[in-house]
Amino acid sequence: MSAPIDPTEKFAAYAHPSKLVSTEWLAEHRTDAGLVVVESDEDVLLYEVGHIPGSVKIDWHTDLNDKVNRDYIEGAAFAALMSSKGISRDSTVVIYGDKSNWWAAYALWVFTLFGHDDVRLLDGGRTKWLAEERELTTDVSPVTPTDYPETPRNDAPIRAFKNDVLAHFGNPLIDVRSDEEYSGARTTMPAYPEEGALRGGHIPSAASVPWARAAATDSTFKTRTELDEIYRGDAGLADGDDVIAYCRIGERSSHTWFVLTHLLGFDNVRNYDGSWTEWGNAVAVPIAVGTEPGTAPAPRR
Amino acid sequence: MNALPSQLAEIQEDFLALEQKDRLLLLLEFANDLPELPQKFQDHPDLLERVVECQSPVFIFVDLDADGAFHLHATAPRESPTTRGFASILAQGLDGLTAQQVLAVPDDYPQSIGLSEAVSPLRLRGMSAMLGRAKRQLRDRLAA
Repeated sequence: MSAPIDPTEKFAAYAHPSKLVSTEWLAEHRTDAGLVVVESDEDVLLYEVGHIPGSVKIDWHTDLNDKVNRDYIEGAAFAALMSSKGISRDSTVVIYGDKSNWWAAYALWVFTLFGHDDVRLLDGGRTKWLAEERELTTDVSPVTPTDYPETPRNDAPIRAFKNDVLAHFGNPLIDVRSDEEYSGARTTMPAYPEEGALRGGHIPSAASVPWARAAATDSTFKTRTELDEIYRGDAGLADGDDVIAYCRIGERSSHTWFVLTHLLGFDNVRNYDGSWTEWGNAVAVPIAVGTEPGTAPAPRR
Repeated sequence: MNALPSQLAEIQEDFLALEQKDRLLLLLEFANDLPELPQKFQDHPDLLERVVECQSPVFIFVDLDADGAFHLHATAPRESPTTRGFASILAQGLDGLTAQQVLAVPDDYPQSIGLSEAVSPLRLRGMSAMLGRAKRQLRDRLAA
């Protein structure tokens, strides 16, 4: 059972208006049957500090990543996680988080790998909810476990691996990291821990569009018109393009993946979650340095 | 191997005695216990050094009092409780030690208090960076 669509006018201009809800809408609908609110943050303790009443916490490090392999959890673990959070296969899931929903978008992308159909973001995320002084609690609501079906993870449509990127040359790539990371002046974003990339720079031919350009100062997504100017205008994307976005570990590019797929309606967008921590350490892959994209090498298939 | 200073050892034991999810709550208690900056730093934010390796804006300042006892002051936003918790563990764990004791604290102390699973190794790097900065500031101070 799906919750109703938020009729907010701003959303109607997006390709998939059903993928966003406003804070007003959530305040009204958060206790609807069949709707589960999920908080997903960069800071692992923020949920404990205070969260939207009735919401559950999903942490990308500790819940969504496999503890041994450098990969996401498999279907059985995802089903167990969903059950433990009271989420059914037909639940409407609304995810919100800190940092302009950057980690919330990442969680949404992982839900999509498992084909969870109705998963939405709270426009403006935690920041906007707090700024509007809406209700928060430190109480954790009891969860009734569900019988979530074990569904295989389907990576191919929205996830790119290193070899997919090598075969993709000649098609658009979007690098969503900071300017310094793109040029190769640094290998990690400003003010973030060094994550050990041996080389700096970007994947040749990638356009630089730092992810945060898609976010307004109140953490909401920019309007359709503004986003079109950035991605179709500045970055030169065109309808029908096959696009791969990447960043450092795939989190910021999930935000861009969401924008391109659900707000602008590109049908073939993949997130390369190996991103720079893999590419910058890989042997014999091409790298461009400086502020220019550089030319695309011949695709390797 | 040198024994850990008792305050750091106690913090370590307290964390390790808990289940994973309770370790997070203890970290939150530390976050809530991070003292306000002393007035002299509130008036002089220029004295504070930003720990650039940390994910959230966190500023630290190390101090040696007249008796040679070490004090670590730190400030981080309320919306960054994990970072506040890390700073608070170090501020409490290192407080009152001698400079030599602080410099002798193992660099992998943050990895030894049982938070790798609850918080993730990646996030724990922020605490290692803070410890590294504190030691470096202290060395600079001693050399001055």
